[in-house]
Formats: sequence, C-alpha cells, structure tokens
Amino acid sequence: MDRFLWSSGLLEMNETLVIQQRGVRLYDGDEKAKLDVGVVLLSTHRLIWRDLKNHECCMAIPLSQIIFFEEQAAGIGKSAKIVIHLHPASPNKDPGPYQSSKFSYIKLSFKEHGQIEFYRRLSEEMTQKRWERTPVSQPIPTGTGSQAGRTRAVGIVGIERKLEEKRKEMDKNISEAFEDLSKLMEKAKEMVELSRSIASKIKEKQGDITEDETIRFKSYLLSMGIANPVTRETHGSGTHYHMQLARQLGDMLLAPLEERGGMMALTEVYCLVNRARGMELLSPEDLVNACKVFESLKLPLRLRVFDSGVMVVQLQSHSEEEMIASALDNVSEKGSLTSEEFAKLLGLSVLLAKERLLLAEKMGHLCRDDSVEGLRFYPNLF
Amino acid sequence: MHRRGVGAGAIAKKKLAEMSKQLETFKTHLEEFASKHKQEIRKNSQFRVQFQEMCATIGVDPLASGKGFWSEMLGVGDFYYELGVQIIEVCLALKHRNGGLITLDELHQRVLKGRGKFAQDVSQDDLVRAIKKLKAMGNGFGMIPVGGSYLVQSVPAELNMDHTVVLQLAEKKGYVTVSEIKESLKWETERAGHVLDHLLKEGLAWLDTQASGESQYWLPALFSELSSQDVTPEEANQMVP
Repeated sequence: MDRFLWSSGLLEMNETLVIQQRGVRLYDGDEKAKLDVGVVLLSTHRLIWRDLKNHECCMAIPLSQIIFFEEQAAGIGKSAKIVIHLHPASPNKDPGPYQSSKFSYIKLSFKEHGQIEFYRRLSEEMTQKRWERTPVSQPIPTGTGSQAGRTRAVGIVGIERKLEEKRKEMDKNISEAFEDLSKLMEKAKEMVELSRSIASKIKEKQGDITEDETIRFKSYLLSMGIANPVTRETHGSGTHYHMQLARQLGDMLLAPLEERGGMMALTEVYCLVNRARGMELLSPEDLVNACKVFESLKLPLRLRVFDSGVMVVQLQSHSEEEMIASALDNVSEKGSLTSEEFAKLLGLSVLLAKERLLLAEKMGHLCRDDSVEGLRFYPNLF
Repeated sequence: MHRRGVGAGAIAKKKLAEMSKQLETFKTHLEEFASKHKQEIRKNSQFRVQFQEMCATIGVDPLASGKGFWSEMLGVGDFYYELGVQIIEVCLALKHRNGGLITLDELHQRVLKGRGKFAQDVSQDDLVRAIKKLKAMGNGFGMIPVGGSYLVQSVPAELNMDHTVVLQLAEKKGYVTVSEIKESLKWETERAGHVLDHLLKEGLAWLDTQASGESQYWLPALFSELSSQDVTPEEANQMVP
C-alpha cells in the first residue's frame, strides 16, 4: 500500500476513465487497509481509489507500476478479489496513505461484485498500455526502473498469453491425437481379424503349414500384441525372439544365480535384467516365454513353478536332491529352522528359503510346527 | 487323387503372406502416429487409459511383449515395464513390515517418490495395469478390493473370501477384533479365530494384546502412520507374541 500517492482524483488531459466500481475495499497485502469501503476507478493511466464518504481521501497508482495481477475467487463470507503485484516504490515518491509496507502487492476486494468486468478492463489497459502513447500535461510518476519494469510487465503478460495459447494448442493436439488414435485402432482391428482367420485355417489343416511358417505367424502375433489363438505349441511358446532372449539370459544369469544359492524368483530376475538393460525392456511375458525354452535349447537353466505358484529360475546343476539334502543338514544342525532363519543362513530370500523347506517337507524329510509364532521346520523323525 | 495347392493349407500360406504385407503397412501407420503423438502417451495419463481401453476392445495387448510394435514405436512398453520394476522393489522393501499387502494409495505414493520429481507422472490406473502384467510371473501379485480402492498383494499367501472380508472390515480403523467380526459378519468365534490366525502367520496382521478391552489385530498394510517410523524386521518379529 505504500505505492499509492495522494491524488485529487481528477483526470488529466488525455487520460480517460475506463471503468469504475463501488464497494471496493483495499488490502495491504493480505491485511485490510485502514480505510473504509470506497470506489475504484480505472483510467488509461492510473488506478484510483476514493473513499465513498470522504471524497477528500483519494489516492492513485500509475498503471505502469503494476507487474501483474490475478483473480482470487470468492469464498464463504469472502468477496472476490483482484490481487495486484507492484513494482517497488521509488525513493522520492510523493506522499501517500502509507509510508511503508511489508507487502509488494495489494488487493481490491469487490464487496458489491463487478470484479469480472473490472478484471477484463484492467487486462485490456495493461495490454494496450495507452499511457505510454498519450502523454499527459502533468507527467504522472511511473514506477522505479520503469524501462525495465515495462519490459518485465510485457514479459509477464506476454508469458500469460503464451500459456493460454499453449493450453489451447494442447487441447487441439489432444483431440487430434484421439482422432488419429481411433483411425489407428481401426487398422489394428483389421489385423486382428486377419490373424483370426489365419489361425482358424491353421487349426483346420495343421499338416500343411510348416514349422517355420507357424513360427513366423507367432512372431506376427507378437508384433501386434495379439494373443495366440492357436493353442497347439511347437517348442514351448518360442519365437526366434524368445530363443534369442533365452540365450542372453543363459549368459547373464549364471553368476547371479551362483551368488544366490542357485535359485532366483522370476520377479527378481525381471528387475535384475530390466535394470541392466535400461531401455528396450522385457515384458513379464517375454521373460516367462524365454525361460520356457531353456530346456529345449539345452541351456543350464530351468524355469520352475512351485506349488504355491511362485516361479523361479534355477541352475540345472543344482539338483533337487542336493538342495533337499543340504536343507535337511542345516535344519538338523540347528535343531529347527524357520524360513527367516534359513534364509539368513543361506543368503536366500525368505520366499525361496520357504519354498526349499516346503519342498524338503513334501519329500518327507522335514516336518512342521505351525503356530501363530511362525512356521518352524524340524527333521522328520517319523 | 490327392489334390495339392488347394485346401486350407494353401489358403493359410496365402493369408500369411498377406498378413506380412499388411503388417508392414500397419507399422508405417504406427510410426506416423508415434511421430505425432508419442509425447501424448508419455505425458497424458488420460490418453493412456483411452489407448489401453481401445486396444482391449479390439483384442490387442500392447504390453504383451517388449518386441511388439506398440512397445517399440510408442514406447508404452518401457513405461509400464519400468513401472513394474518399481512396484516390485517397493513391495519387497516393505514386505517385512506389512507381510506383502499394501494399499494402492501407499504404493502409488512410494512409487512416485522413488521416481523423483523429474519423472513422468503415473496414475493409479497405470499401476493397476502394470500389476496385471506382473501376474504373469507368478509370485502372487493380486489386487483385493477394499473400501473403495484396492490392497495390492505381492506374496503368494493364500487369501480366500473369508480373509478378504475380514480385511475389508479392518479397513476403516486399521484393526479388527474378534467381537467386531462376530457382530458384523455373524461368524462363530472359531471361524474368526481361524482367519485371524492365518493372517498372523502370513505376517499380514500383528496382535496387540495390550489394547484396552479386547485384543486387537492390526493390519500394517492399512495404516500409513507407521511409514514415519520404520520398523525393522527384528522389531516386527517381536510384535507378534
């Protein structure tokens, strides 16, 4: 509020009144100014406020002092406001109602409405900047660093305009995108229908299609993301892509598997592989399908599904019997073990430790003690 | 006489050739689409939802394979597969505390945090789709409807209807008592006890015997105040008597 100057409120030559509005209270920053409700007037050059009852009390701010302004919506018990941010006052400014203020913005509170129209007119004046073009007889003080201020004000209003344009552009882009998407989907649909008719032909006359062609068909389906309608599998679910993947995994997983006791949950493998790749990541299905062809490619890894549904990749060299025998050893040595304890012992994840113990139990080597305190395994002495 | 060249086999061969050609054409269309709108998919979650639903309608799964056109050209694949990795990692990190059950909200928050402020926004719909894909790898990824949203399960703990219904009951306060179960669900004590025991064993519930009145069974998945004080696995073990 320290930017205001006392004013007579009389308009200068070449200064025109644009709009005025009653019922406006001024705010110094967020605090009500020590003034009553009055009238706010917008001219081509200034923002003027006058007390309704006491016409002597009249003050003004040059429009050039405005950096930018924004609307503040009405709330419960609160009128709509326009918040106006201002350049700092120049040190030799003429006196006004406030000597100093900790705020660099004021608010106009529209107690009798009118804010929408006022905002619109203010926007117009701030865009047109008629005060620059029409000199007045009495030079109206401008804000400090007015040159820079002017460009800054242009900058901000300019930015706002650009944002609005960008918003409109974005809306247009999105509707265009949706349109293009629909057209694309139409074409994709044709592909799906074609693949279905091929699949039914293959089913009918299975003998007449070569292995190679079936693989080709599968890779087409893979490209389009169409589920394989031919339930008959050749080798696993493999396309050349999956076979290639399986070989890569065969190389990549040997060391990690050794470190982890010969077994890794598939989700662990997924994270490991994709983190290493960084891009062109594998889908979960890619991974599963690749693992399914380990055996047919004679790679030293196997995909294994436990009764619980947990899927793991394990080293072929780690035979089942060995794992169970060593599990029994561990348990016997300690007397009994829970999954957590076993996991810690072997450096396995708790999940896989549990699976191994369950397996040993299934084979009759261990028996369980199941209580609320947890699941504990003992050597089976029965 | 055996007629060759005619019959379903030959027709299939011809159609295969046709499909190969059409695929090339489609690829071009997709490339064109990608060059104009690839950004839209990455930035706009609403657009992704539309895209996924349209694919589902025509019978196409754009996330089936990283080798698919959709993934390669639109980059949808990497977006969701990476999200899958992040989901797995979050669930793994919290498993010692919540037993492998987490609300979709908490998962969402933590994934967003992990992605950092410069990463693209992900919506809950994105998470749900990524989780659906993770199911292919076994390991019990699933979603349980609870209180208007979901609990995400990341362990193969068997949860049947009884367990689910008790989880839903506990959702309001984060805990449940035997009396509450008996009153709301009209079960006998034994059935309630059975279900609660199972949840305790699976590490999904903790027992508070010092609560005033009746013992309370707390579900760490359902309350996020705990997230401010992280409980170590040792502490977690101590809380179950």
